[in-house]
Amino acid sequence: MVDQSAVGRAFAPVTARVEPGRLRFFLDTLGERNPLYREPEAARAAGYAAAPVPPTYLFCLEMMDAADPFEFLTALGIDLANVLHGEQRFDYHAPAVVGDTLTFESRVTGVTDKKGGAMTLIVVETMVTNQDGVHVADTSRTVVVRNARPS
Amino acid sequence: MSANFPSVGDRIVHKAFPPVTRHRLALYCGASGDHNPIHVDIDFAKAAGFPDVFSHGMLVMGYLGQALTDAVEPSRVRSFSTRFAAITQLGARLTCEGTVTELFEHGGEKRAKLALTTKDQNGEVKLAGEAVIAV
Repeated sequence: MVDQSAVGRAFAPVTARVEPGRLRFFLDTLGERNPLYREPEAARAAGYAAAPVPPTYLFCLEMMDAADPFEFLTALGIDLANVLHGEQRFDYHAPAVVGDTLTFESRVTGVTDKKGGAMTLIVVETMVTNQDGVHVADTSRTVVVRNARPS
Repeated sequence: MSANFPSVGDRIVHKAFPPVTRHRLALYCGASGDHNPIHVDIDFAKAAGFPDVFSHGMLVMGYLGQALTDAVEPSRVRSFSTRFAAITQLGARLTCEGTVTELFEHGGEKRAKLALTTKDQNGEVKLAGEAVIAV
């Protein structure tokens, strides 16, 4: 079971490029028709350097370009089959747009046992910066681990 | 509805989405980079103790984000967070809503806090979240 010793553990930084083709796949999958996301001219007219990414796409970029998208689970000895997503947070500081190259740096900031050890909540916080060193966002995910019950 | 001058109690976010299908989950698996088989492989889901595959929480949050930025330009969103209150099952017909709960100033910027929910066709809350927007 994961314990407090995991807090502070950092993971390999992930660098991801915001590519228009795979962003289009995401927009199509969600039925997203907002012209700001789909039409570069509409985005520029609204003051963006290029089309911005939708609010949850930072989470995807980190997974897409990670050498091992479930690295932190593997590193902490957690079985993917026992994991649920508990909470997710994004704090936005600057736009992330098509063409950007973003770097994601993640570390464990919290481990909490719940329900007498039946579940463990793990918080992973991620700082996102772009190719110019601009701090574009912070994200935080809480993962719920369903621990095996003693038999 | 314009989000430019909202008042507390205004419901400025409201959008309904088509039913969650296996096909949509497969597409989201590829499009999102989240290849966790629990959302697309029924054998894996059953071995993990679930009756069937179920939606990625982030697909549902993606819908909520879409509903949010239909009403509020993306560059005005300062934060966006949610708790995944319940698993979203196949066939769920989701409706996303957001209501202004507070108006305040931060660093000289006028802001509004929104309470966000995503519910299925039975009214069960799947996501309970919050956004802070510049107004």
